[in-house]
Amino acid sequence: MSEYLKAERAVAWREELRKSMKNKDRIAIPRVVMPEVDPDIRSHNYDEVNLGLTEEMAVKESHRCLDCVDPTCISGCPVEINIPKFIKNIERGEFLEAAKTLKETSALPAVCGRVCPQERQCENSCFYTQKLKKEPVAIGHLERFAADFERNSGNISIPEIAPSNGIKVAAIGSGPAGLAFAGDMVKLGYDVTVFEALHELGGVLRYGIPEFRLPNDIVDVEIDGLKKMGVKFETNCIVGKTISQEDLKEAGFKGIFVGSGAGLPNFMNIPGENLIGIMSCNEYLTRVNLMDAGDPDSDTPVYKGKKVAVIGGGNTAMDAVRTARRLGAERAVIVYRRSEVEMPARIEEIKHAKEEGIEFYTLHNPLRYEGDERGRVQKMLLQRMELGEPDQSGRRRPVPVEGATEWMEVDEVIVSVGVSPNPLIPQSFSGLEITSWGTIVVNNDTMQTADDFIFAGGDIVRGGATVILAMGDGRRAAKSMHEHLSK
Amino acid sequence: MNKIVAKEYLSERVVKFEVEAPLIAKSRKAGHFVIVRVGKKGERVPYTIASADIKKGTITLVVQRVGKSSEKLCSLEPGEYITDMVGPLGKATHIENFGTVVCAGGGVGVAPMLPIIEAMKKAGNRVISVLAARTKELVILEEQVRQYSDEVVIMTDDGSYGEKGLITDGVENVIKREKVDLCVTIGPAIMMKFVSKLTEKYDVPTVASLNTIMVDGTGMCGACRVTVGGGTKFVCIDGPEFDAHKVDFDEMLMRLKAYN
Repeated sequence: MSEYLKAERAVAWREELRKSMKNKDRIAIPRVVMPEVDPDIRSHNYDEVNLGLTEEMAVKESHRCLDCVDPTCISGCPVEINIPKFIKNIERGEFLEAAKTLKETSALPAVCGRVCPQERQCENSCFYTQKLKKEPVAIGHLERFAADFERNSGNISIPEIAPSNGIKVAAIGSGPAGLAFAGDMVKLGYDVTVFEALHELGGVLRYGIPEFRLPNDIVDVEIDGLKKMGVKFETNCIVGKTISQEDLKEAGFKGIFVGSGAGLPNFMNIPGENLIGIMSCNEYLTRVNLMDAGDPDSDTPVYKGKKVAVIGGGNTAMDAVRTARRLGAERAVIVYRRSEVEMPARIEEIKHAKEEGIEFYTLHNPLRYEGDERGRVQKMLLQRMELGEPDQSGRRRPVPVEGATEWMEVDEVIVSVGVSPNPLIPQSFSGLEITSWGTIVVNNDTMQTADDFIFAGGDIVRGGATVILAMGDGRRAAKSMHEHLSK
Repeated sequence: MNKIVAKEYLSERVVKFEVEAPLIAKSRKAGHFVIVRVGKKGERVPYTIASADIKKGTITLVVQRVGKSSEKLCSLEPGEYITDMVGPLGKATHIENFGTVVCAGGGVGVAPMLPIIEAMKKAGNRVISVLAARTKELVILEEQVRQYSDEVVIMTDDGSYGEKGLITDGVENVIKREKVDLCVTIGPAIMMKFVSKLTEKYDVPTVASLNTIMVDGTGMCGACRVTVGGGTKFVCIDGPEFDAHKVDFDEMLMRLKAYN
């Protein structure tokens, strides 16, 4: 454990809290359950499903945290939030202090508390999970509580900012990677500009993740915080198109961070996939989330199928199928080629989808689509699958069961079988090393590309990954760009 | 926000705008387009850049009133602002000295054709422009087209101006008369389909600028996908121009009716 964490743990109030209750009694407290809107109600509106913890619930849950000597939870968090410190602040009722602690390392706590797969990160490394075989401390729920409390208090703190050093740096893309990078660099005194291709900020937080999981208002508040810290944002600006790599150098930028993401949707390239009513999850979610197509006053239209199939088993597939339900689908089905165990979606999202009446057609894969005389999709032929030997990813490979096919009637199909890196920067920048997958090659410690002026992180380096990994990359890139520019 | 500095009616339903966009003006090339959004509830719609003035920092868009979003845009007056505009998008037109180039533009398609005519001429080509419209009042930008064309053929459906007939009649006359090295066509999808069929018969290489439904225009969603040579392409990043003889126009025509 670092000296810093040791010193923090040794402060008087934490000592006192540790003594105030026996570990045996802390362990005996059952994990507090997050209240949710009833599935029958929520599947007809876009309101957030998880209601958040009340103050009483949060304080109760915070008592479960043992304030470990060796807080393994911290190493499970890609941005290394000082988890025991913020939780103990909740325990002693200093909720604003808890929020401040989060902001020491995380640019977007209200977002991460909602969308991180904590069960695979901090909560998976919690002492309760690792040693006690019990339900972990609800770190994600507590993070969300602290961030929400601060936002609702009207008392939002601005992290301490170093005196301006006058050095201009740029982030390309305003998704989680770019925002995390910008947050850290502005704190170090840099003059930061974030360039965004779309007309609104946030990347996947805006166009991808739906309101019922991450309200846009919350994204706005977090971005406003960065603006107050001095980060400048340029929307409708595509670096590589509107302005070039050279333009940025000429304008005096001393470092560029590329966080342009993996926004290119994959299709399966099977017969009939271009029929009307079949679209990528990116198109569907962009229409609904960014363009507000569910609102009758919006000029952007969207298909509102009655029999909707979503192909895939990731979080995006769950977001799409639950959105289809809210847009009035009578039947909304997940079609996934492996079994539920292999699904990459968060367990909580799968549970929520099931509660909302989503059908799960696992071990099935579409072979082709057929449409009516106007070219509108009517049905799809599904191949029954079974699981074979594990593949490179360690998951059992789906194998077709010979002769086992069936037709399913559909009037809308959303293809959610992954994304590829956005080709704009790889195509328009010189001096970068690009893999055959289209990702940018970086030094994994420094996030520096083959051009020492340019750093990169998030999905443009990883392919489709998670919000928090992108943020971790942004933070690491900021740290090493700072070291590079301080030489 | 992009300020409108000038507005002119080219015909009853076709409006020419000059819009402040210095960065786009500087980086755009022939064949590029922008995505435009008007109002907070507005949708994102693609328009080809018809010309640009780097000194003034403006670009020119030619907009035909066909639906809600183009009506909204056409209702804007000089001094007002376009809420969002992003570009230049797509791949620029491949310009070189091909020899003789026929530029076949239908209706409002003449506007996006204009920068290509200009660039082709400047690259040393013999440029024959074939402009087609339903009737005389709908022939636009004739004067500008003449400026960069060796010859201009005008076709109207009703014969009220130029020759009576379809664009394909005009193109076929040229092909029968002299060797054509390249045909470029921009206009309604159905028109480009028939121009493509005609030039295929005469083995004249043909490029079409496709006008599919788009949302983001940056390759993020695939709303604009088309089948070219049997494979799926995204018009916004792989195009908008493709080898017309390889485009599945029937599928494209079908997909254009998705929200009708």
